[in-house]
Amino acid sequence: MATRRALPGFGLSLGYTLTWLSLVVLIPLAAVFIKTSSLTLEQFWHVTTTPRVLASYRLTFGASLLAAGINAVFGLLLAWSLVRYTFPGKKLVDSLVDLPFALPTAVAGISLTALWAGNGWLGKISEPLGIKVAFSPLGVLVALVFIGLPFVVRTVQPVLEDLEIEIEEASSSLGADRWQTFRLVVFPTLYPALLTGFALAFARAVGEYGSVIFIAGNIPMVSEITPLMIITKLEQYDYAGATAIASVMLIASFILLIAINSLQAWTAKRTGKSK
Amino acid sequence: MAGATSLHLGGIPAERFEANPATREPVWVKWAIIITALSFFALFVLMPLIVVFAEGLRKGWDAYLAALIEPDALSSVRLTLLVAAVSVPLNIVFGVAAAWCIAKFDFPGKTFLITLIDLPFSVSPVVAGLIYVLVFGRTGWIGPWFIEHDMKIVFAVPGIILATIFVTFPFVARELIPLMQAQGRDEEEAATVLGASGWQTFWKVTVPNIKWGLIYGVILCNARAMGEFGAVSVVSGHIRGETNTMPLHVEIAYNEYNFAAAFAVASLLAILALLTLVVKTFVEWRAGLAAREVVEE
Repeated sequence: MATRRALPGFGLSLGYTLTWLSLVVLIPLAAVFIKTSSLTLEQFWHVTTTPRVLASYRLTFGASLLAAGINAVFGLLLAWSLVRYTFPGKKLVDSLVDLPFALPTAVAGISLTALWAGNGWLGKISEPLGIKVAFSPLGVLVALVFIGLPFVVRTVQPVLEDLEIEIEEASSSLGADRWQTFRLVVFPTLYPALLTGFALAFARAVGEYGSVIFIAGNIPMVSEITPLMIITKLEQYDYAGATAIASVMLIASFILLIAINSLQAWTAKRTGKSK
Repeated sequence: MAGATSLHLGGIPAERFEANPATREPVWVKWAIIITALSFFALFVLMPLIVVFAEGLRKGWDAYLAALIEPDALSSVRLTLLVAAVSVPLNIVFGVAAAWCIAKFDFPGKTFLITLIDLPFSVSPVVAGLIYVLVFGRTGWIGPWFIEHDMKIVFAVPGIILATIFVTFPFVARELIPLMQAQGRDEEEAATVLGASGWQTFWKVTVPNIKWGLIYGVILCNARAMGEFGAVSVVSGHIRGETNTMPLHVEIAYNEYNFAAAFAVASLLAILALLTLVVKTFVEWRAGLAAREVVEE
């Protein structure tokens, strides 16, 4: 389309957008990399690969991956139930799916801890069975499952709603049973959205702090997450160390952001909703 | 990565799938799926919500109310309201400006600009707090200048507001950009051709069209602004009665084993979250209604 500008305000709105974006987001983010560059490569490597920091990467990325996987499975079941079935309380469940998104993370953190601690409603059941959730890596997993759930449900749900009923009717009339129809017709359309939801939940989990630190117990080498390592360095006034770890996390976030954008483009293409 | 934040309007009623032999599962499969999904939901979403209120009220109403009206709790409520009152309007102005230039005009680098606006969603809250310490801290870029002029940014209220603006940055813009892109520019162009000024066009044509999307973005932005913990925790310095927001007050009370107080203030934040979801559901219902009216016309 030709750039015929009948409407006013282009210069003002773009100028304001770019200025505000630079001042609030881009310049402060650049500070991370500039501060990190004050370290030599050797120092940087040393700070970001101490055994304690390495253990935190393993926990953060491992638990995030597992939590996103759990959410992909149960989130799909939940989205499917909400779109395809009628059951009592459905409206309420549909609204409350976003609770982990709306509930402040510190509140989620202390309530999950109270729930799963040895004297809590669920801890009382799990601990005699030998399953220690609170103050262990399993607690980190529980918190990350909590905060990731809406991402999967809300990514899969609209795609499921827009699925054309005729395709399934065609599949059925050609003799496919319900499972074949799901596996060969429905799932391939759903798959990009499910993967996007998985990636969104994963990205959110990697950076998560508030809901995790209360339940994790924060035992060095066992249940410390990477964002906590940044806080620990900051509390020791080791700004360069904190920044070095932050830059590792930022690079991971950038890669995830690019991956998610490509996944969303793929989803849009697969569901015929390209821009 | 809008994810859980985009306005969701609903689709075909579930009864149609259940009535159609080609799209329904055997009854036992249906109930197995529902029961599995709802058990998961109850375990991970419902129970943590109920526990907040149960723990807050464990020592009775008097202790609950006392925890809410003690001076430090009240000052944390005031600070949280102040932070939201400053950061939410700033994000509305930014969101509308960004959506206006992105949706109504063509220019190179637009997709890249949208990605940059999304950036704060993918940055860890802890890193979001850290960047302001790096810029405004004692050894930061422009921190020394502010300290010389007797202005405190980090470990003070301005830092908390800045960190909050950062973490809530994409909410309004993210909601408005796709909405305004879908609406196109025909109506605004018609208004301009008929002689309306830029601001008249904006207030009388654009704002009514984007009303529901805007409200939606604003309530989500507000919920996050009032509830942010990680980023604010890094820049706040945790000075009681001065730089403690409600989530930070919850943390301090909890770490002092004052669980009743922690859960009492936490329950206020949980009520805020529930109110946010009520307004959100209402907006989705109204926007869905409006969308169907357009289709029927």
